[in-house]
Amino acid sequence: MKKGVMRPGHVQIRVLDMEAALKHYVDLLGLIETDSDESGRVYLKAWSEVDKFSVVLREADEPGCDFMAFKVVDEDSLIQLEKDIVEFGLTVTHLAEGDLKDCGRRIQFTSASGHCFELYTDKKYTGKWGLNEVNPEAWPRGLKGMRAVRFDHCLFYGDALAETHDLFVNVLGFYLSEQVVDPEGNRIAQFLSLSTKAHDIAFIKHEEKGKFHHASFFLESWEDILRAADLISMTDTPIDIGPTRHGLTHGKTIYFFDPSGNRTEVFAGGDYNYPDHKPVTWKTEELGKAIFYHDRVLNEKFLTVVT
Amino acid sequence: MRVFNITDKTSEQTFVCRENEYVLYAMQRTGIACIPIGCKGGGCGVCRINIIAGKVDFGPMSKAHVSDEQRKNGYALACRVKPRSHLVIECAPNLKARNK
Ligand code: FES
Ligand SMILES: [Fe+2]
Repeated sequence: MKKGVMRPGHVQIRVLDMEAALKHYVDLLGLIETDSDESGRVYLKAWSEVDKFSVVLREADEPGCDFMAFKVVDEDSLIQLEKDIVEFGLTVTHLAEGDLKDCGRRIQFTSASGHCFELYTDKKYTGKWGLNEVNPEAWPRGLKGMRAVRFDHCLFYGDALAETHDLFVNVLGFYLSEQVVDPEGNRIAQFLSLSTKAHDIAFIKHEEKGKFHHASFFLESWEDILRAADLISMTDTPIDIGPTRHGLTHGKTIYFFDPSGNRTEVFAGGDYNYPDHKPVTWKTEELGKAIFYHDRVLNEKFLTVVT
Repeated sequence: MRVFNITDKTSEQTFVCRENEYVLYAMQRTGIACIPIGCKGGGCGVCRINIIAGKVDFGPMSKAHVSDEQRKNGYALACRVKPRSHLVIECAPNLKARNK
């Protein structure tokens, strides 16, 4: 958090059919609908998050991710970050307060990997859903489906990983937590974090720019991942892989698809870092194990199926 | 319930698809593997096909993989089409969706 970028704030996902999408994100994943706007976007949050929304769904002709946003500690940091991003050579676009409901002004820029990112400082603080602020109970009753705890990270596919690493590390203040390196020493996967979490965002090398691999949501335990798998079967939801464990981050995971083909992950556990930790390195020769620790082979879908 | 035969021209394999079933789902259910399977939601484009003969109903699919123009020319995503007659199809991968 060296530059004042604090944490993942929200992701805007494009869906082909809003009604079907809400069945996925609300009824199955367990997010809570908090608002919608004139343009038809629907705002969602996971119960443990303190701000009003973390997922925005927008109906469109093509699925994928419009942008991922990070919350910045204060206005001074945001002003400095904008200067640094411009100096780094990127174009910054301004979005006025209220463009996303109950969210302050945002700045937008596109990484060399072809992904749009946002920074903002203000969003309406609504507190954890269903809990009192004082003497809070352990969890709220009435949660649906997988009872997602929080929006955790995104994985993006694109090229220009080195430039994107520089943007995130040198300009935005992330650190490299984990990486996959090929025999020539090129990084083909980079996991970046702002916190003690194993990652707040990740990139994997891909020929086409700007692709969306998944949005990931935190669950508490392996038992919750198995329960998520049961719900995936009960609802005949297309599954990608799991329940299994990743080698990278060592998180316990399951991947499945929303009705527009966007991948969703729910995961539990995983490694932690402090500033004195070195990045964890996996080699491409062990890529199968790095991605899927038990099967130790990549399924073709992991590399080719993106939106 | 009506069922239709779906024939893949390239592999010369035929499978049965129910009238209310997506072609890709029927292929997977019947244990055939002539079309690649991806997201099963019309988003990733890996199941892109060309419909050589027959009639279908379309579900929502990404225009990044099948434009309106291409759809008129018989292109579709197998996970988003339901048959209205027997079909003859062939795989028609989009170059963009095929890279690694
Ligand atoms: S499997 Fe992804 S579009 Fe059909
Ligand atoms: Fe993930």
